[in-house]
Amino acid sequence: MIRSEILKEIAPILRDQLVVCNIGIPSQELHAIDDQPTNFYMLGTMGLASSIGLGLALSQPKPVIVIDGDGSILTNLGTLPTIANNVAENYILLIIDNGSYGSTGDQPTYAGRKTSLSKMAQAAGCERVIECNAAETGRVLQEALDAKQMTIIVSKCESGNAKMPVITMDPVVIRDRFMKAVQA
Amino acid sequence: MNIDKKIADDLVANDISFVTTVPCKQLAGVIAEIDQRDDIFHIPSNKEDEGMGLCAGAWMGGKRPAIIMQNTAIGVTINTLATLIQYYRMPLPMLISYRGELREPVACQVEMAVHTKALLAQLNIPTYHFHHRSDVEELDNILKYTFMCNKPVAILTDANFWGGYGDQ
Repeated sequence: MIRSEILKEIAPILRDQLVVCNIGIPSQELHAIDDQPTNFYMLGTMGLASSIGLGLALSQPKPVIVIDGDGSILTNLGTLPTIANNVAENYILLIIDNGSYGSTGDQPTYAGRKTSLSKMAQAAGCERVIECNAAETGRVLQEALDAKQMTIIVSKCESGNAKMPVITMDPVVIRDRFMKAVQA
Repeated sequence: MNIDKKIADDLVANDISFVTTVPCKQLAGVIAEIDQRDDIFHIPSNKEDEGMGLCAGAWMGGKRPAIIMQNTAIGVTINTLATLIQYYRMPLPMLISYRGELREPVACQVEMAVHTKALLAQLNIPTYHFHHRSDVEELDNILKYTFMCNKPVAILTDANFWGGYGDQ
């Protein structure tokens, strides 16, 4: 399975939740599969999805699901200790780990070689870390929501992208409708 | 006047309840003050762009954020300021230790100091420079201005403002 197939499968779970989605093709895929006002699409700023989601989870009570990638986490590795040491039980970080920088042409990341992001999350102090294969992602994500406990999920999948249009929505519109959904 | 307490009081009076910090020796007192306030959630960052991500999320979650950092961080955060904070039009007060200015003992700090105001000007970021202790009186108005216009706003605080680097 590739990332877009995972997103299609978990779209019904994501639909009612606050979602912060990683820059580039992940946001384009989620936007095309099931655009919702509860989705915050990152149009730039590589690496910060997990940080934005943590700030959001710490500031209001609704569950927050961050859809991130292995390349993005590697860009902002300092995020893992910050997450571990500022526990938000309404925070789920779903790292779709396809071992590549998908948006830039599928160049391999170190997560596809020797580096284990789930072990790094554990070493950072994250307590509920689950590594799964792509097909298990929906079940693991639903269990994380039901557990009401901060969870880091590393979903191992194949490299590859679906061909989706660029998001042309104005960033202030994305942000404004998202904030209204947060408050709703 | 205890300047650390005054800054924390102004943050609280402006309903700022989520503060992220990356330390600087000049900021040690204000960071310690913020850390012990019950009405401020203090979350240290490992890097300033990470901190701006946290602040963006906190603001969308309904809390007013602020970041406290050193001016060297302008070099780290230009992309984040342009493509996250400014692009999505978010307010962000940045209380910045302005290293490399008068009374600075470390020569290397001057190398980023000479670029600091030029970079902020290039980014069209409203910028205030606290050089005398009494300049802190403007902080309350600067914070109100920041949340009025939904922009990142820089408050540069140099060694003279803090009473000399390491002399506090």
